[in-house]
Amino acid sequence: MELESYLQRKLKEKDILLMTHIVLGYPSFKESFQIIEKMVAAGVDIMELQIPFSEPIADGPVILRANQKALESGATIQDCLSLAQKAAETFDIPFLIMTYYNILYKYGVSEFTAKMASSSITGAIIPDLPPEEGSTYLTCMEKSNLAPIMIFSPTTTSDRMQYLADFAKGFIYCIARKGVTGEKTTFSNKLSDYLSGCHNATSLPIAVGFGIKDRQDIQFLKGKAEIAVIGSQTIRIMEQDGIKAVEDFILSLQ
Amino acid sequence: MITSRYYGQFGGAFLPEILVATFNELVTAFNEAKNDPTFWQEYENIMSSYSCRPTPLTFAQNLTSHFGGARIYIKREDLNHTGAHKANNVMGQGLLVKRMGKTRVIAETGAGQHGVATATMAAKFGFKCTVYMGEVDVKRQRPNVFWMERLGAEVIPVKDGTRILKDAINEAFRDWVTNMDDTHYVLGTACGPHPFPEMVSYFQSIIGKEARKQIMEIEGRLPQRIYACVGGGSNALGIFSGFFDDPVELIGAEAGGKGLDTGRHASRLACKDGSPGVAQGYKTYFLQNSDGQMKETHSVAAGLDYVGVSPILAHLRDKGRVRFTAATDKEVLDALTLTIKKEGLIPALESAHAFAQAFKEASKMSKDDIILINQSGRGDKDIFTIADAFADPQWQAFIKNKAKEYGA
Repeated sequence: MELESYLQRKLKEKDILLMTHIVLGYPSFKESFQIIEKMVAAGVDIMELQIPFSEPIADGPVILRANQKALESGATIQDCLSLAQKAAETFDIPFLIMTYYNILYKYGVSEFTAKMASSSITGAIIPDLPPEEGSTYLTCMEKSNLAPIMIFSPTTTSDRMQYLADFAKGFIYCIARKGVTGEKTTFSNKLSDYLSGCHNATSLPIAVGFGIKDRQDIQFLKGKAEIAVIGSQTIRIMEQDGIKAVEDFILSLQ
Repeated sequence: MITSRYYGQFGGAFLPEILVATFNELVTAFNEAKNDPTFWQEYENIMSSYSCRPTPLTFAQNLTSHFGGARIYIKREDLNHTGAHKANNVMGQGLLVKRMGKTRVIAETGAGQHGVATATMAAKFGFKCTVYMGEVDVKRQRPNVFWMERLGAEVIPVKDGTRILKDAINEAFRDWVTNMDDTHYVLGTACGPHPFPEMVSYFQSIIGKEARKQIMEIEGRLPQRIYACVGGGSNALGIFSGFFDDPVELIGAEAGGKGLDTGRHASRLACKDGSPGVAQGYKTYFLQNSDGQMKETHSVAAGLDYVGVSPILAHLRDKGRVRFTAATDKEVLDALTLTIKKEGLIPALESAHAFAQAFKEASKMSKDDIILINQSGRGDKDIFTIADAFADPQWQAFIKNKAKEYGA
């Protein structure tokens, strides 16, 4: 499905969309699928499926450990791609692959993007692949009609935002603050200013992630961003209270 | 735009967006320093007054007679302050931190050498210092942890991943993406995203500059071969770079661990187990599985126990400019024993890999040939590790007795 038009259509029904994230194979592939099922049932609009990597430098402790545990229990790229395909073919929302560049590089970048396309995946987020290093990837994504999600951060200059926006499709992922995933974010005027700067650089919808954990945070983002991203918090809830609690948590956000 | 630099197909700057501005700032500061002739002068001055530069080039008379082949010279990086070539890199980066006006430094460390060197530099320059060290390494390298803490650094044990050097690097990056405004990451080797491979090699090139001048003064001619151990690759690039334009064969000795066919080693370039990949911000040969997940590595020398290797060396390997070999743990201990007995020199276990490889070849060379071995660090301060490696019974009895004194 064409990501941007899907998002624009959804945005006519809701003030803010919800994107969630899981690590494939954590705690197991069976449970990964159940979590996806619960999230879709609870009204999630788009999902990031992370393929675990042994060196996830942009991730904080919660997602880092989920990566390690998935790998320790033997998760392979094939397993991850199969589950991603099953999810994308079963549920009527867009799915994105999130992973680090080495996973694509070892698989073969064009083979990987072709596989994503034939599995009904909509796009990808590769946090350690800036466009300067990603020309092969960008060409292959274009060829397969997939959305390469670009990332803005609070340290990105407005010139660079324009530069990145030229490569972007679907939406822009805006990192709410410095640091890694899963730490506390202060929802402040400073964040609002940053997000309006992000909007100035692109006509695409913007997603905000890093540290979003409850309904109040999402309320703050309404009118300032189009998509709220929940990552580490659902993993924490699943670890503490099980898969059923994830569904209740997602429902409580809306 | 990110400024990237490639060495053949290796290197690059695979940066998360949050670090792009920080790297741009670092590249600019490094280029300005490199183009400022007073900067290198300042660097040489501090290295001669605070460390022990120029370090001597020692003729190993007894080893030369023992093997009956090439004349063996040893470049004495062990005589640097803190006992290894690591001082060259940290003092250079420390001067750069001062130029950038930052007030805090962070570092990763495996065996603890780079951590101790960074903590020393931070103490001297008045920077706050945090060192990330895998929990496994913290347990086996207490003396270095003791010194880092005494020097005022905070040592944070890394409990994630395989809890060794590569995990400490990941954790240092995680600190940096949070605290880049006042913090510089003093990466310990010629790896990582641009400009680190170039910058670390630049500071370490002081070794090769001196060594070339010294051998020309002593012998009036160039050596045939130069040997250096290769973990990340900074000491090797340091000495090799003085001879890139000369007809001198350069040999890198990697950690052969239990043997290259056992899978328990850290050899990325000397055997077929390494393959190109991208991790920790750069492209090089990594020890990884077919999915691209990094493997566990093994070496008797913690400083060589790393999954990646300098992209500059990866390129020099592919170009055929540097020959790579591996020395096993056993060969290394034998070389260490021989060097201690014959020359009264105590190389670090890491450096002993270079000695082991040189010893395999020296006797087959002509008496007119000259070889240089880079003794990148000293072993005497790693007494716990070396005594362990030798399984020395007297030492074990001493430790047991000491434990009793502490009420164990």
